[in-house]
Amino acid sequence: MKGLYRPGDSPIHRLAPQCKLVAVVLFAVVVVATPRERFWAFFLYALTLAAVTLLARVPVGYVLKRLAVELPFVVFALAIPFIGVGERIDVMGVSLSVAGLWAAWNILAKATLGVAASILLAATTEPRALLLGAQRLRVPQLLIQIATFMLRYLEVILDEMRRMKVARESRGFTPRDLRQAPVLAKSAGALFIRSYERGERVHLAMLSRGYTGTMPTLRDDRAPKAQWAMAAVLPVVASAVLFVS
Amino acid sequence: MHVPDGFFTAPVAIGAGVVAAAAVAVSLKRAKSELDDRTAPMAGLVAAFIFAVQMLNFPIAAGTSGHLLGGALAAILVGPYTAVLCVSVVLAVQGFFFADGGLTALGINIVLMAIIPSAIGWGIFQLVTRVARNRASVIAGSFVAALISVPIAALTFAVLFVLGGTAPIETGAVFAAMGGVHVLVGIGEGLITAVTVSSVLAVRPDLVYGARFLTKPLVLKTATGEQVVEPARQEAPKPLRPFLVGSVAVALVLAGIVSFFASSSPDGLERVAEDEGFLGAATDHAFGGFALADYGDVGGIPVGIAGVIGVVITLLVGGAILWSVRQKTAA
Repeated sequence: MKGLYRPGDSPIHRLAPQCKLVAVVLFAVVVVATPRERFWAFFLYALTLAAVTLLARVPVGYVLKRLAVELPFVVFALAIPFIGVGERIDVMGVSLSVAGLWAAWNILAKATLGVAASILLAATTEPRALLLGAQRLRVPQLLIQIATFMLRYLEVILDEMRRMKVARESRGFTPRDLRQAPVLAKSAGALFIRSYERGERVHLAMLSRGYTGTMPTLRDDRAPKAQWAMAAVLPVVASAVLFVS
Repeated sequence: MHVPDGFFTAPVAIGAGVVAAAAVAVSLKRAKSELDDRTAPMAGLVAAFIFAVQMLNFPIAAGTSGHLLGGALAAILVGPYTAVLCVSVVLAVQGFFFADGGLTALGINIVLMAIIPSAIGWGIFQLVTRVARNRASVIAGSFVAALISVPIAALTFAVLFVLGGTAPIETGAVFAAMGGVHVLVGIGEGLITAVTVSSVLAVRPDLVYGARFLTKPLVLKTATGEQVVEPARQEAPKPLRPFLVGSVAVALVLAGIVSFFASSSPDGLERVAEDEGFLGAATDHAFGGFALADYGDVGGIPVGIAGVIGVVITLLVGGAILWSVRQKTAA
C-alpha cells in the first residue's frame, strides 16, 4: 500500500512537519466545533483548503480521488434523512427527516473537510519527516519508534501477505463463505510468526549496531518562528471565519 | 469502521481522546514489562502485521465480507498492553498517513478499536483459560474473546452515539443495527482468531503471550542423569484485580466525562429541529440560509461556551491522569 506522499518542492512541502501537524489538527478541531447552521463558514473552510492545495501544487484530482476513503460513512450519512426521527418534510415526493438532513449535512461537511486536510498533510510531508515532527511535539519516543518500525516494514509484511495470496490462489483457493475462513486464518498465523521473527532479527541486528533503546537524533530540527507563523495561518483563518460567521 | 470527523460532537471526541491518551500512557509503561527492551522493534512489526491482517477480507455470507479488527488477536498473541499500543499506532498511522479516520476522532477510534477489544478480549480470554489450563482452553478462549469483543466494541460505539452522536436516530435502532451486524462479524472474527492462535501455537507456542503457562520446564538429559532447568518464571499469573479495577476506572471516566458533556448536545439537536420545523412551516422553503444564520448565532453561543468549558475541564482531567502516570514512571 502506497502512502499518500507526493514528492514536491513548494512552500507547503518545505514547512517544518511539526508546524503542519499542529496546524492541521487545530484546523480539524475548529471545523468540528463549527455549528452546522453556518453554511458560509464551511464554504470558506473549503476555499482555504483549496488555497493550500494550490500553494502546495497538489493536483485537485489527487485530493478528490483520495476522498473516497470516507465513502462508507457517506453512504451512512445519506441514509440518515430516511431513517431519522422527528419532523419530516417532503422533498420531491420523498419524506425526509429534517433533523436527519441536518445531521447528514453536518457529517458530510465536517468529514470531507477533515479528510481533505489530512490528505494535504500526508501528501506534502514525507512519512519519516512527519514522525520526526511528532517527536518534536513530545509524542512519547516509544510510540514514535513503534510507528517508525511499522512504516518501515509495512511494505515487506504486505508483500509477504500478497505472496501467500498468490500461493493460495494458484492452488485453486477461492473463499466463498465462512467455511473457508480457517485457510485465511492459517495464513494469518504464518504471517504473524514471520513478522515476529523478523522483529527478533531486526532487534538483534540493531543491538549489534549499538541500539540502546532510543534512537539518536542526528540534527537539530527546531522550526524557526517564521515557519510557525506561516503554519498558523490555516487555523487562524479558520477560527477567524468561525468567529465572524 | 474508522469514524470520521464530525460524526460525534466535539466534547465526546475530546473526552474519548483523553481516555485514549491515558490508556496509551499506561500501556506504554506496562508494555515494557511484556516485551522488555525489544518493545520498539517487536511492537512495530506486530503493528505492521495488524495493519496487514486488517486488509484480510473474509467472506461472511454470499456477497458480504468483513475484515478482521485484530484487537483481541493482538492481545492474546503479544499481551494486552502491547496490543493497545500496536493497534493505536496502526490507527494513528491510518489517520495521519492514509487519511483514514478523522484526526479529531482518533481518540474515539482508539477507544473503539484498540482499547475495548484488547481489554475485553484479554479479560474474557483470562477468564476462560483460568477454568482449564491447556491448549484447548487457549483456543476456546481465543474464540470466545474475539467473538464477544466485536459486539462489545459495536455497542460502545452505539452508547457513544447516543451520548454524543450528531444524527437523530432512534436509540433502539442504533443498538439493533450495530449489535446485529457485529454479532455476525464477531463469529468470523472469533473463528479466524482461534485458528490463527492455534496455528501459531502449533509452530511456535512460545510466541503466544496468552499461552505462556503451557511452556514446560526444559529437561536436559546428560550423562549424569536428567536435569530440569526451570524457565525463568516471569511471574505467577497476575490476579485479575488490577485489570478489573482498570477497566472499571476507564468505564467510569468514559461515562463520567462523556455523559457530563453529552447532556448539552441533545438540547442543541432538539433546538435546531424545533427551529427548523418552525421555519419550514412559516416560510415554506426549509433551507433559507439567511434566516437560519440568525438562529445559528443565537444557538451557537451557549454551545460554544459549553464547548470551551468542556475543553478546559477535560484538559485538566487528562493532564492530571497523564501527570500521575508520569510521576509513577519517574518513581
